[in-house]
Amino acid sequence: MSTHSITVDGHGHDHGHGHHDPNLQHHFTEMEQQFDSAKLGMWLFLATEILMFGGLFVGFAMQQAKFPEAFQAAHHHLDRIMGAVNTVVLLISSFTMVMAVWAAQMGKRKALIVNLVITLACAATFLVVKFFEYSHKIHDGLLPGKFFSYAQGEPNEYIFFSFYFMMTGLHGIHVLMGMAGITWLLIRAIRGEFGPGYFTPVDLIGLFWHLIDLIWIYLFPLLYLIG
Amino acid sequence: MLPAQGTTHAKDVDDLYMFVFWLSVVFFLIITGLVVAFVVKYRRRGPNDRTGNLTHHLGMELTWSIVPLLLCMVIFFWGFKDYMTANVPPGDAMEINVVAEKWLWTFEYPDGMRSIGSLHVPVGKPVRLIMQSKDVLHSFFIPGFRIKMDVLPNRYTEQWFQADEPGVYDVQCAEYCGRGHSQMNAKIYVDTPEKYEDFLENGDEEMRKMPLAELGKLIYETRGCITCHSLDGSRGQGPSWKGIFGADHKMTDGRSFKVDENYLRESILEPQAMIVQGYEGIMPTYQGLLRDREILAIIEFIKAQK
Amino acid sequence: MATLTLPVVKSQGPAKPDYLNDPKGIMSWLVTVDHKRIGVMYLWSVLFAFLLGGLFALLLRLELLTPGEDFMSADTYNKVFTLHGAIMVFLFIIPAIPAALGNFVLPLMLGAKDVAFPRLNLASYYVYVVGALMAVTSMVLGGVDTGWTFYTPYSTSTDGAVTLMTLSAFVLGFSSIFTGLNFIATIHKLRAPGMGWFEMPLFAWSIYATSIIQILATPVLAITLLLLVMERAFQVGIFDARLGGDPVLFQHFFWFYSHPAVYIMILPGMAIISEIIPVFSRKHIFGYRAIAFSSVAIALISFVVWGHHMFTSGQSQLAAAIFSFLTFLVAIPSGIKVFNWVLTMYQGSISFNTPMLYAISFLLLFSIGGLTGLFLGALSVDIHLHDTYFIVAHFHYVMMGGTVIAFLGGVHYWWPKMFGRMYNEKWGAISCALVFIGFNVTFMSQFFMGSQGMPRRYYTYLDQFQPLHAFSTFGSWILGLGLFIAAINLVVSLRKPMDAPSNPWGGRTLEWDTQSPPITHNFEETPVLSHGPYDYKAPVQPHHTA
Ligand code: HEA
Ligand code: HEA
Ligand code: HEC
Ligand code: CUA
Ligand SMILES: [Cu+2]
Repeated sequence: MSTHSITVDGHGHDHGHGHHDPNLQHHFTEMEQQFDSAKLGMWLFLATEILMFGGLFVGFAMQQAKFPEAFQAAHHHLDRIMGAVNTVVLLISSFTMVMAVWAAQMGKRKALIVNLVITLACAATFLVVKFFEYSHKIHDGLLPGKFFSYAQGEPNEYIFFSFYFMMTGLHGIHVLMGMAGITWLLIRAIRGEFGPGYFTPVDLIGLFWHLIDLIWIYLFPLLYLIG
Repeated sequence: MLPAQGTTHAKDVDDLYMFVFWLSVVFFLIITGLVVAFVVKYRRRGPNDRTGNLTHHLGMELTWSIVPLLLCMVIFFWGFKDYMTANVPPGDAMEINVVAEKWLWTFEYPDGMRSIGSLHVPVGKPVRLIMQSKDVLHSFFIPGFRIKMDVLPNRYTEQWFQADEPGVYDVQCAEYCGRGHSQMNAKIYVDTPEKYEDFLENGDEEMRKMPLAELGKLIYETRGCITCHSLDGSRGQGPSWKGIFGADHKMTDGRSFKVDENYLRESILEPQAMIVQGYEGIMPTYQGLLRDREILAIIEFIKAQK
Repeated sequence: MATLTLPVVKSQGPAKPDYLNDPKGIMSWLVTVDHKRIGVMYLWSVLFAFLLGGLFALLLRLELLTPGEDFMSADTYNKVFTLHGAIMVFLFIIPAIPAALGNFVLPLMLGAKDVAFPRLNLASYYVYVVGALMAVTSMVLGGVDTGWTFYTPYSTSTDGAVTLMTLSAFVLGFSSIFTGLNFIATIHKLRAPGMGWFEMPLFAWSIYATSIIQILATPVLAITLLLLVMERAFQVGIFDARLGGDPVLFQHFFWFYSHPAVYIMILPGMAIISEIIPVFSRKHIFGYRAIAFSSVAIALISFVVWGHHMFTSGQSQLAAAIFSFLTFLVAIPSGIKVFNWVLTMYQGSISFNTPMLYAISFLLLFSIGGLTGLFLGALSVDIHLHDTYFIVAHFHYVMMGGTVIAFLGGVHYWWPKMFGRMYNEKWGAISCALVFIGFNVTFMSQFFMGSQGMPRRYYTYLDQFQPLHAFSTFGSWILGLGLFIAAINLVVSLRKPMDAPSNPWGGRTLEWDTQSPPITHNFEETPVLSHGPYDYKAPVQPHHTA
């Protein structure tokens, strides 16, 4: 978001002061201002993400209040072990992400790369586990809405699975987005573009990654434990 | 400005309406008055006009925050009070079941009689409507009584009224429901007690006196036929009535009938028995909904559609 | 009438290459990250949407001239009013002021070189274009007949391109979020040195409040529409009663966005009025802080009144009472603004250039629109008026009479800055008068028929409403004529050579300190504040170019 290097800028006197960080965009006067703006922007974006998931949470709560038995019965189909494993995996990835930001800030290129790779690996693990969970559900016919074909159980159980798939699906898409971001960071880190003077992208994607983690921390008990 | 008042509740609503109306007029006149006065008085005369120094004034800010706030509270409590009375039906209310479907209203009386598109109620008695929809959202709106309530597919909603004056009131559907939304009307007949008794036994008095063809037209318009059948030959939900009498009609099951009185009668009372080719069997049965004379009338009316 | 003529030096066009021509070429426009160019591209796009939505409106009115089917069937009518509403709301009025005019002037007013995230800004424009194309495609692919509110279960059961239209609104939501996010960051971080929060023009305050709503409400619309698409595609069972869902829940979700959204529409209009009135009264704005804080108050309270759209929907009586109460609270800050604007004219030196004529029209029309909102906030009265033409009249008074009039005022106000040309003031005044008259004829009559019980979204109606409907239809022709003249007047001015001075109205905000049209980087030097945004006591310096 803030990695634009100066393109057309013939107006040297525009910036008011002499030094020219190649990462400084033309409309900012100093790196700090640019960093603060980017960070503020990211926080606002996270707010929109929370509200978007918030809609799903409210919908879930309403339907759960309406069909408590169905939700109770349905949530037994979820595999708590797999859910717990995924929670741990994401928590670890959040930790390594923090380490990555720290490494970038300190200019430790190697540590940065290692931490990013671990984070990426955790994300991949998460998705693989999710894949197994999904395929198990699909096999049992525990699918959202009209594809639901599981014969036994309470009526309206399919509503639980509608939410299960929509919530974890949207979350999964975010994990993919996060992975794309981390990969991009990794490439730039290998090129050695980050250092104490410039680590904004690492910081921002770090924030985004923590949000993804946080949402899962809410999803896990909601879907797997309480139902 | 407002339609005739059919209930005391309507009068209450109108009082508040008029209060807010005059309040708005006053505020609008204040604003317009000031704007016009300033525009005239302080219009630009030249580049050297002297202008005032006033940039803020706490007293004024407070005045125009607090006065409107107080007025708003008056409106709120007033509106709330009337809303609550409109929501709590008296215990002895007569109950009518209302079923909404695309695009007609069906009423069921306490004694089980049903009618489509017209509701008779006795004057001066509270009536409670218990409403449900068969498909999408509708809204039962009686402008003359100033009441309206959405009709939902998944649960009952209700509203009540007590009509004070005998007369005829329009019902309109106020929640968008598709093609027939603007024609999803009904009529409420508020009868004197004698007339109401009479209605329960023999049906509508005026309708009894009407010539057959005219009665047929009325039924066509008020009992829902119009939502599906056109008179000009254009295709609707059901076949048009233009020129059908005497024609031969093919059914979906391959049989073919000549459209005569018997065929028409059966189509109305048992529509599912013979379904015209190219249409779906969605026509509701009118068994128990139309009296004999009414069926005769509608047949007469269909015959007249050459 | 006295119009403003400052002792300006007639300029012979801009002295330096301006943003319109530097750099040159179509490609340089398509990939531009210059907020001014993006603003201009947005401007043409939303004007096109307005034209399209307006043409649909004229067709609606024509059909309603007489009861019965005139030239549109019920199905066609339903599609036309849906498209009219959806286009006007999602494609026109929400982006109109922030994304078109705001994009252009906000950074200039703050003395910044651009918005905080220029490329996000361009992305927002392209996302808008994609959303708009999806909307247009859905028109061709069978149309949509749900109303702009997409109420379930009708919207989950009807045919047509509902899914595509819903996705289009979903996509457009992101464009709106991007813009809002960008503006908040810009206002926080890119103000000129020395410009504190209370030295900002009120325009910025209003846009700030708007952006907060865009950020906090739009995501909820996004998820709602997504759920609607899911319901249609997979029958997930959240909104459809047959499947165990709850149609009223959809309404809650929808209005949780769409009520705040009506303030996304009006706050930017108020922003413009706060600029125009002081300039043409040559006076400091009255009650700066009151106006600034009331913008924020409106934004915050707007989140807790959505239930006033659902008084007849079957929500609980307690909920209805609370929402009614809160609705009245949100009316107070709007009143504060109106009075402060009026008082700004007190002891002024008022000139009647076209922007000011629009601003005065705004004061009157918005007051009517807002005051009729009080009828609707009152529980018992709203039960009668809900879903009648009274509502239609109310929201056209606030949206067309308020926001669109303010938008037109803003277009006329900043036109010289944007394109470097002055338009013909006489025709400007004539078109404004026609719009004012035509508008009132069209929509005043609707208050009356609504009160008498004429429901909305009817393609045919009871005979008793015929005279009022006909009146309204005649009004729409006057209105259309007025807008047509305004458009011609503006477009014709573009054929002239550039003749606008840098500060034709004697404004005190920073956008008037650079040449018209501005240079690509906005200012030669980072501007230094020498006077406040409404400081008319200092003698007006006739500007040539910097
Ligand atoms: C620009 C958009 C805009 C704005 C600004 C408003 C402003 C207001 N609106 Fe409106 N409204 C809409 C757009 C808007 N509305 C739309 C689009 C709909 C219908 C959507 C649909 O169903 O399709 C709607 C519907 C709507 C309803 C639902 C009606 C129904 O469907 O039954 C209600 C109910 O409370 C309401 C109330 C109000 C109120 C109280 C204000 C207030 O904010 C107004 C405040 C302003 C003033 C009060 C005037 C100025 C003040 C003074 C002159 C001082 C004196 C004041 C006092 C004495 C208080 N509006
Ligand atoms: C911004 C919002 C907006 C605007 C501006 C308008 C403008 C108009 N609207 Fe509409 N309207 C809505 C939003 C808006 N509307 C919404 C949300 C609904 C509800 C839909 C629903 O129920 O789902 C609605 C519904 C609605 C109805 C009710 C339909 C029904 O319930 O059956 C009617 C009927 O009269 C109507 C009429 C009009 C008219 C005559 C105008 C006129 O003001 C239009 C005038 C415009 C023109 C004639 C175009 C001319 C433009 C140019 C020439 C280009 C201009 C260029 C420059 C000036 C540079 N509108
Ligand atoms: C919900 C729609 C609907 C309503 C309301 C309705 N009809 Fe029909 N009607 C149909 C359809 C569809 C058919 C064709 C299928 C069939 O024969 O059942 C039909 C067929 C008929 C026919 C046979 C016509 C022919 O061409 O053979 C007659 C007669 C008729 N209707 C009379 C009536 C009368 C009288 C009323 C009102 C009192 C009425 N209908 C109300 C839908 C409707
Ligand atoms: Cu039924 Cu509208
Ligand atoms: Cu609202």
